[in-house]
Amino acid sequence: MNTLEILQDYWWLLISVLGSALVFLLFVQGGQSMLHSNVNDTQRQLMVNSLGLKWELTFTTLVVFGGAFFASFPLFYSTSFGGAYWLWMLILLSFVVQAFSYEFRRKRGNVYGTRTYDTFLMFNGLVGCVLLGVAVGTMFFGGAFTVDKTNILNPGAPVISNWTPTHGLEAIACWKNLLLGFAVFFLARTMASLYFINNIAGDSGLTSKMRRKALLNGLVFAVLFVAFLLVLLLQSGYRMTDGGFEEESNIYLHNLLNMWWLGATLLIGVVLALYGIFRSAFDSKWNCGIWYAGIGAGLVVLVLFSIAGYGNTAYLPSTIDPASSLSIANSSSSLFTLTVMSWVSLLIPFVLAYIAYVWAKMNARPMSETELKGDAHQY
Amino acid sequence: MNDLLGVVDWSRAQFALTAMYHWLFVPLTIGLSLIVAVMESIYVRTGLPKWKGITKFWMTLFGINFACGVATGLILEFEFGTNWSNYSWFVGDIFGAPLAIEGIVAFFMEATFVAVMFFGWNRVSKRFHLTATWLTAVGVSLSALWILVANAWMQNPVGMKFDPAQMRNVMDNFWEVAFNPVPVNKFFHAVFSGWCLAGVFVIGVSCWLLWRKRNIDVAKNSIKIGAWVGFAGILLTLMTGHGSAVEVSRVQPMKLAAMEGLYRGSVGQDIVGFGILKCEDQRTDEDPMLFSIDIPKGLSYLIYSDGEHFVPGIRDLIDGFAINENGDTVNTVSYAERIALGTKSREALARYGAAVQAGDTEAASTAAREVEDNFKYFGYSYLPSPEAAIPPVGMTFYSFHIMVFAGGFLLLFFVVMLFVSYRKTSVLEKAWLHWLGIISIAIVWICSQAGWIVAEVGRQPWVIQDLMPTTAAISDIPSSSVQITFWIFAAIFTGLLIAEISIMLRYISSASKEDIANPTH
Repeated sequence: MNTLEILQDYWWLLISVLGSALVFLLFVQGGQSMLHSNVNDTQRQLMVNSLGLKWELTFTTLVVFGGAFFASFPLFYSTSFGGAYWLWMLILLSFVVQAFSYEFRRKRGNVYGTRTYDTFLMFNGLVGCVLLGVAVGTMFFGGAFTVDKTNILNPGAPVISNWTPTHGLEAIACWKNLLLGFAVFFLARTMASLYFINNIAGDSGLTSKMRRKALLNGLVFAVLFVAFLLVLLLQSGYRMTDGGFEEESNIYLHNLLNMWWLGATLLIGVVLALYGIFRSAFDSKWNCGIWYAGIGAGLVVLVLFSIAGYGNTAYLPSTIDPASSLSIANSSSSLFTLTVMSWVSLLIPFVLAYIAYVWAKMNARPMSETELKGDAHQY
Repeated sequence: MNDLLGVVDWSRAQFALTAMYHWLFVPLTIGLSLIVAVMESIYVRTGLPKWKGITKFWMTLFGINFACGVATGLILEFEFGTNWSNYSWFVGDIFGAPLAIEGIVAFFMEATFVAVMFFGWNRVSKRFHLTATWLTAVGVSLSALWILVANAWMQNPVGMKFDPAQMRNVMDNFWEVAFNPVPVNKFFHAVFSGWCLAGVFVIGVSCWLLWRKRNIDVAKNSIKIGAWVGFAGILLTLMTGHGSAVEVSRVQPMKLAAMEGLYRGSVGQDIVGFGILKCEDQRTDEDPMLFSIDIPKGLSYLIYSDGEHFVPGIRDLIDGFAINENGDTVNTVSYAERIALGTKSREALARYGAAVQAGDTEAASTAAREVEDNFKYFGYSYLPSPEAAIPPVGMTFYSFHIMVFAGGFLLLFFVVMLFVSYRKTSVLEKAWLHWLGIISIAIVWICSQAGWIVAEVGRQPWVIQDLMPTTAAISDIPSSSVQITFWIFAAIFTGLLIAEISIMLRYISSASKEDIANPTH
């Protein structure tokens, strides 16, 4: 492997890690989707304020995920975002309305009333999770697009990436993508239940409700995820060879078998996630499920991104022109940019360290009704 | 792509809409985060509870505004992909890096410590809380740094080379991209203007408190801090604004000419102090001004520190000649020639691709050299005529002069506020001063928005100066799709702004009825 290939793989790993972190932090969205479920006003208030401590982290991770993709794989940024326009716009829309809803929902003079902002949070919880899953789904099941860089030479029609006229709506309508989308949604709800168990104290009614919800949502997630995994392992895709992209049946299964450590990681991830969910559901004194399930889910996502991109696999297959498919090698930034960015990435452990430190400080005392009564700033 | 122009116009409108809404909130976040940090520092240093109350009052307003900045900022980053996908590919190798650095270095800092700022009063120590407040302020400014580096690069594309094999630009000098004089001036100009805006905001709200005779001590203390931060902000904004104008004259002379409504330049060029442009489209040597009050030789002196220096006008630039400092006519490359050279470069690029496919390395190498030789004019090959390189003169001219006028007013405003705060405190009781403070809130926002209009509209028709016009930067989407999202975002952001203003007004009103310096919780 030459330096460029090493850096391309390194940046794909970083993208995968960011994707994993994002999926873990989607517990915020999962929690938002539960605000209208069977909880009283005080419990809802506890849930919102508990999530409110973390929503910015999820939001920022999404932004950095996008920025990192732009910097390291600009052809993906240009092809997927510019092509699947409606898919990405709906995702963005759902996060835009989330960003001000926490701060505004209970403020006097908020014009539209608390229920409107809670509906926005609900909308983000459902649409954000499902459509992010759909967007990741296109990395396995493809999109109807072409890439022709020579178009830049034509002033009348200069766009190099052209997508099917439905511009992402077809991706939302694809049942395979939706399968992953809803799996992400129910995973987020499961994680949210586990987060509430960990972060809210003094309301045994809410905690036991959350233990039931963790089990129920966890089971739905497990069914959907197993179905997705089966579909994925039977899916064909494209692999880059010296002669260009070649179609390969069961490509993701082959990737798992060829890179056995990924299969092992997947297994560890699944076991950790199930352990976190089931022990939380049945052990009424245990509140650490979020960490087990979170790390487990993160590992699973890491594996999914890895089998999508590594091994010269096309991580954004074109369903109408295989030669236009995107792989790590043909869509990355230059060696110089990847090198610069890699130096910058050395700051990531430092960033993670201060996030962990602040998280520990802020969570040292769980959220409680007493605290809500005394704290001037609350959502 | 029959509706190419429709897509371009709607995409520009959407980006302008989201950028302008974003810039309503961001400068206040930049400046208020500093002011809040200063106030909390005074609290920690003195231990006086009133400063905790004052800090919390302004911090709540900061929080309301911060959320709006976050909401509107998300769209901007992703619009580069959704609406300007060709741009994302053509220069993503360079432009994407600052955005990623922004996320890693600044956004996480902001997001992590802003939660401590709001919710940490009873969860962390006093000093840790103060550190979090300062780190939030630093994070906010660092965010501005990297996005402004990216924006400055669009005004002055440096630190890169064109790679014909991939048909895109690639970075070859990161330090030149990040720290050439254009981004340095732009960053400081934007950040200091945020200090200035927040200073006016704090003074304006405090004036309202004085007018209503509520929390007088809080208001007077806040005015002092707002005035000092604002005064420092406006002085530094003027300095960096001058630096920016000098850089514009160097790298975007067409923008400078549009800012001044200057069609034919001269040696010892006057600067327009106040003027009204004729309505018709100016393409001739005729005086474009319906009316103007000029400062003799002002433009030559301000830009070149030499009252006799030649400043080219729009027509001079298009015709490709200028007059040097000795008064001699000097030929430069006319815009018609630039179009021809750009076209030559683009055609050579086509030949390069064909030669590579045919395996003809010699022809490929010749074509690559030809691409490189004329690449600085590559973007001109997309222009239908030399006149297409003229930005909207009226909008650029008026925005620039509104910004300058408002900036001058703000300098006087802060001087007056400092004077009355320390030397003539009795004036603080006067209703005219209160209303001056309140009205100035609108003026500073107009000034701030006008500045961005100058920067962005003045760059047109380029998305990347001289390399890529907006017409070549877009995505392959129907204009109807962009129209729909434009109106969706227009509705959401307008609704958001209405709610934000309403919440702020209600909060200021209700908080002022209590003792801000001694809050009940």
